[in-house]
Amino acid sequence: MEEANKVRLHGTWRSPYAKRVELALKLKGIAFEYVEEDLNNKSPSLIQFNPVYKKVPVLVHNGNPIAESLCIIEYIDETWKIGPRLLPQDPYRRAKVRFWASFIHQQLYETMLTVMKTAGEAQEKAINQLLEKLQVLEEGMQEFYPDEVPSITAQNMGILEILICCLLGPYKLQEQVLGIQIINPETTPRIFSWLTAINQVPLVKDSAPAEEKTLALLKFVRDIALKSSSA
Amino acid sequence: MMDLASHDWRGMNLRFMKREIYQTLDQAISPIMAVVKLLGTWLSPYSCKVIWALKLKGIPYEYIEEDLSNKSPMLLQYNPVHKKIPVLVHDGKPICESTVILRYIEETWPQNPLLPIDPYERAVALFWIKYADDKNPLIPKLYRTTGEELEQAAKECSEILGTIEEHGLIEGKKFFGGDEINMVDIAFCIVAHWLGVFEEVAGIKVFEPHKFPKLNSWAQNFKSVPVIKENLPDADKIFAVLKRRRETLLAPKSN
Repeated sequence: MEEANKVRLHGTWRSPYAKRVELALKLKGIAFEYVEEDLNNKSPSLIQFNPVYKKVPVLVHNGNPIAESLCIIEYIDETWKIGPRLLPQDPYRRAKVRFWASFIHQQLYETMLTVMKTAGEAQEKAINQLLEKLQVLEEGMQEFYPDEVPSITAQNMGILEILICCLLGPYKLQEQVLGIQIINPETTPRIFSWLTAINQVPLVKDSAPAEEKTLALLKFVRDIALKSSSA
Repeated sequence: MMDLASHDWRGMNLRFMKREIYQTLDQAISPIMAVVKLLGTWLSPYSCKVIWALKLKGIPYEYIEEDLSNKSPMLLQYNPVHKKIPVLVHDGKPICESTVILRYIEETWPQNPLLPIDPYERAVALFWIKYADDKNPLIPKLYRTTGEELEQAAKECSEILGTIEEHGLIEGKKFFGGDEINMVDIAFCIVAHWLGVFEEVAGIKVFEPHKFPKLNSWAQNFKSVPVIKENLPDADKIFAVLKRRRETLLAPKSN
């Protein structure tokens, strides 16, 4: 098959990181081939293309591999100047977006994972940290959306929308599995409106797996983690 | 903007002329003279990264040394989320996080580029910068731990060095950036300079030249670059501070 202008994404439906790249490609309207990886039986291609981490996602463009979801998204934004700009043009605004992207990626993702995978005191501590960090994000969002969160569409979704969507898009299901409230419309009204708006974008709705599938995955991840920590 | 050369000055009073001239000059000069401030600390590699980027691009700046045990109101105002250095302030606008700052500097002052122009090569460079950012916090564990924890830290550090040696550095290339240093070289500065100090403080050797020959060559080359060499905090001074820190951290806690 011709390599010229060929785009292939190695991912797995279970990975929010792979999901980020999938959304970025779809928002830009870029045709791509998708390879579902079994992380217990990684393809030789994946290992060859990402020897450092051996993880998904990996984007292969014209035979050239790129790893790390945030690097991939910036590459997509620079290479295909069609569709929405995933990062703003102005250097100062870009810096602001990169700061918050780093915050969501490093702080929120990690803390959320801890909440998912722990119980008892450890979980309580993680939940408090998560709620604190969500408050920080809520305040930070005042810079981007000082009045109301505008209507989010496939034409104006950017990297921050992609990151928050892949982490907390399914927050209602996460709350169900954990038995706690994560997104409170009273204490974090902006984040609540933001997630609600993002979840209504048809492209986002269509890309989400069936609720039962996501619910089963969340329960599975939690069960495995709790079993292995008590083993 | 007024064209001073062809302006009709006849009949204009002196005060009016002066005002017109100053306004015109001000408009011409202010983008160039827009104030750049850097809040940092002398021994922080993250702070040094920004200094090097500014100097490599010839950007004048005002440096403000922060006392992290007594953070200035300015620091708390400019970085309310993390309350950390470095913070770059350009024209009164603060930018935080060293990698975010370096990307901003690169995009605002394109001279002497610190990232490849080709998007694919740039994506690869950004991958390694991200790798460095993710792994850098693990390396100082060497001077903060002892016993089993130190052994584990040393093992992690060795794996990091091994990965860079095997996958990051290309045989024959002087720097990650080719013949000149770029943002990737800067991102790995802890390996080039601070790691040696951590090893001395902890009394452990991880970065053995014979085990990581390419990385060792790279480190020597990196530290020889004039801008780096002239703006590297003194290893002995860093040693003194970290030795005290280690003693405080590892002192037996009293009830």
